[in-house]
Amino acid sequence: MRSLEELKAIKEKAEKTISVRENTGASTITVAMGTCGISNGAREVLTAVIEELNTRGLANIHVTQTGCPGLCHKEPIVTVTVPGKNPYMYGKVTPENVKKIIVQHIVNNQPVTEWLVNLEE
Amino acid sequence: MEFYRSHVLVCAGTGCTSSDSQLVRRELLKQLAEKGLDKEIKVVETGCFGFCNLGPIMVVYPEGTFYCQVKTQDVNEIVEEHFIKGRPVQRLLYHEPDKETRTLEFDNIEFFRHQKRVALANCGHINPEVIEEYIARDGYFALAKVLHEMTPQEVIDVIKKSGLRGRGGGGFPTGVKWEFASKSQGDQKYVVCNADEGDPGAFMDRSVLEGDPHAVLEAMAIAGYAIGANQGYIYVRAEYPIAVERLQTAIKQARELGLLGKNIFSKGFDFDIDIRLGAGAFVCGEETALLTSIEGRRGEPRPRPPFPAVAGLWGKPTIINNVETFANVPPIIRNGWEWFASMGTEKSKGTKVFALAGKINNTGLIEVPMGTTLRTIIYDIGGGIPKGKKFKAAQTGGPSGGCIPAELLDIEIDYDNLTAIGSMMGSGGLIVMDEDNCMVDIARFFLEFTQDESCGKCPPCRIGTKRMLEILTKITEGKGTPEDLTNLETLAKTIKNASLCGLGQTAPNPVLSTLRYFRHEYEAHIYDKKCPAGVCQALLTYKILAEKCRGCGLCARNCPTNAISGKVKEPYVIDVEKCIKCGACLEKCKFAAVIKE
Ligand SMILES: Cc1cc2nc3c(=O)[nH]c(=O)nc-3n(C[C@H](O)[C@H](O)[C@H](O)COP(=O)(O)O)c2cc1C
Ligand code: SF4
Ligand code: SF4
Ligand code: SF4
Ligand code: FES
Ligand code: FES
Repeated sequence: MRSLEELKAIKEKAEKTISVRENTGASTITVAMGTCGISNGAREVLTAVIEELNTRGLANIHVTQTGCPGLCHKEPIVTVTVPGKNPYMYGKVTPENVKKIIVQHIVNNQPVTEWLVNLEE
Repeated sequence: MEFYRSHVLVCAGTGCTSSDSQLVRRELLKQLAEKGLDKEIKVVETGCFGFCNLGPIMVVYPEGTFYCQVKTQDVNEIVEEHFIKGRPVQRLLYHEPDKETRTLEFDNIEFFRHQKRVALANCGHINPEVIEEYIARDGYFALAKVLHEMTPQEVIDVIKKSGLRGRGGGGFPTGVKWEFASKSQGDQKYVVCNADEGDPGAFMDRSVLEGDPHAVLEAMAIAGYAIGANQGYIYVRAEYPIAVERLQTAIKQARELGLLGKNIFSKGFDFDIDIRLGAGAFVCGEETALLTSIEGRRGEPRPRPPFPAVAGLWGKPTIINNVETFANVPPIIRNGWEWFASMGTEKSKGTKVFALAGKINNTGLIEVPMGTTLRTIIYDIGGGIPKGKKFKAAQTGGPSGGCIPAELLDIEIDYDNLTAIGSMMGSGGLIVMDEDNCMVDIARFFLEFTQDESCGKCPPCRIGTKRMLEILTKITEGKGTPEDLTNLETLAKTIKNASLCGLGQTAPNPVLSTLRYFRHEYEAHIYDKKCPAGVCQALLTYKILAEKCRGCGLCARNCPTNAISGKVKEPYVIDVEKCIKCGACLEKCKFAAVIKE
């Protein structure tokens, strides 16, 4: 080890890999994986989420799954939770939509209103 | 960089490995690959969580779901339910003792909730075989800090002010020890890590070495800088193969990154570490015996002074510290001595790791601030005594320690309080005893251990402990006399005063402390020829209660000596002359008609 900078660089890189295990107030993307969610393509959506996070090098974002939220007609359903804000639920999410949701909501902090599930409907 | 949505930490500590955690891990890897999930879910081997009796342990992040006793047959359900559908497998979650509910998250389990982890902070969190994971949790930044910003004396001052005391048993102030060595003259100095861990039942040092080996390496390098040493040795017992292997890996990785070796951080400081294997004799944990053993000679204690800090390995100034002591050093440097000194009691700072064992619901490894009461440890963290039995005593300090009776449950545990009541911190073994434990038998057990492990060099220890053991055995056999009690006390004093090393000086402690708090049990054995706890075989008689006996004859059929006779449907009787007290009848009787008293 030549310098402190070298150590810091290793830390930064490694921190991203283990951030999944830290409870650091990370944003969470939750994909509903009930039976009808899966049959409507939730798995593909989940894969797309991971790919997009990977491409953009976004760490410190948790991806989790949940069971049936009881809104079969809106599946696949993805919920985005930014700490300190209300969770937003997106319906009929496709792998393509995922990219836009991540860029707009997670990166720019602007929820994508057009796909939000309106619970009053 | 690869992003995984989930990390599964599978415990690879000794406890879990022996309950086949490696098979579970391999099965998991196989099934994840089959389902195409291996790019999404990362499987990480990690160190002991402290909950070994519930192993194999598996924790799924980011949720922090805590699974215990996971078998290979369970892997399929975890993959299908948790990883594909996001539904935790309820039946594998942890069950709090005496409660209906199962607990989902790691952090909400009572066992973990009351703990404060400093020495064990990384155990169960990182993969000990990947140096980058240690660095991600600020590893080696303390070494960087001392080399960039601090003089050796400043390092010593920080350790002194933190109040850190040796976790190997004696509780000697670590900073003071380092200062002695730094002031000693010598062209060559050494840093030694005592990883011998001889106390029966203790495994905190092993867990740190297995779960966070780099913390020890980093601390040793810091110590080297502080006292002016460039060579370290870790003396670890050969019975700890996983710890040895992880240490070897860690040393290799640290050398590759230049965190050990020459000119570390380009600051002109050289430091390297080698491993020395011990054969596992208890006395080799004693510092002078340990140093002699590293030098390649028979591990026998020698008189002190001179202390190792003046004349240690090959006569050179040497500091020797325990594994847990070292594990506290990097966090102290990183967070400041004020942070460390804010935890604990006035004279014992920081936290202490204990190995909870015996009659307690949650056995395992725990770390709590100094000054935590025994009650909190036993009832909140330990989940209380199984089967609704009554707490009798807690034994601390291993073979050199003593017992804490129920009246002192609210004592704040630290070095001085334990010494004041005739016990000891020791390395942190904490064995819980209930109403079914006989205190005379316990004292005999520990004395048997030290008597066995005495190196035999000095007569008070060699002969004295043997005499004490004979007397104790005599008492448990119902042949004790009133003089035996006075003899025990005289012997104890002589051995304490006249022995050369700590082994002999502390060997009588378990006897003295049980005599102090449980004298009535000794007296019951001697005067009434009874063992109140029902342990000492010679003092028990087996009896059949006529009013409960249904005359089924099952006991008689199982008695190896035909000591039981009777007619079917009438109460059976035991012939005490023939009975060899094997207990078979008591075990077999379905009507609880057989008792021992
Ligand atoms: C018989 C005997 C056995 C000991 N066994 C150990 C041991 O297994 N591990 C340990 O760290 N210290 C053990 N010690 C204490 C060491 O001699 C020494 O005090 C300690 O390693 C110093 O480190 P510390 O200041 O960090 O506690 C033992 C002492 C005696 C008398
Ligand atoms: S006190 Fe016991 S163990 Fe220590 S040197 Fe003497 S005989 Fe050996
Ligand atoms: S087994 Fe129990 S009930 Fe049956 S004869 Fe023996 S003591 Fe009596
Ligand atoms: S304790 Fe053993 S030897 Fe004694 S009566 Fe029962 S079965 Fe027979
Ligand atoms: S499974 Fe999709 S709403 Fe129930
Ligand atoms: S070895 Fe796995 S929890 Fe201790």
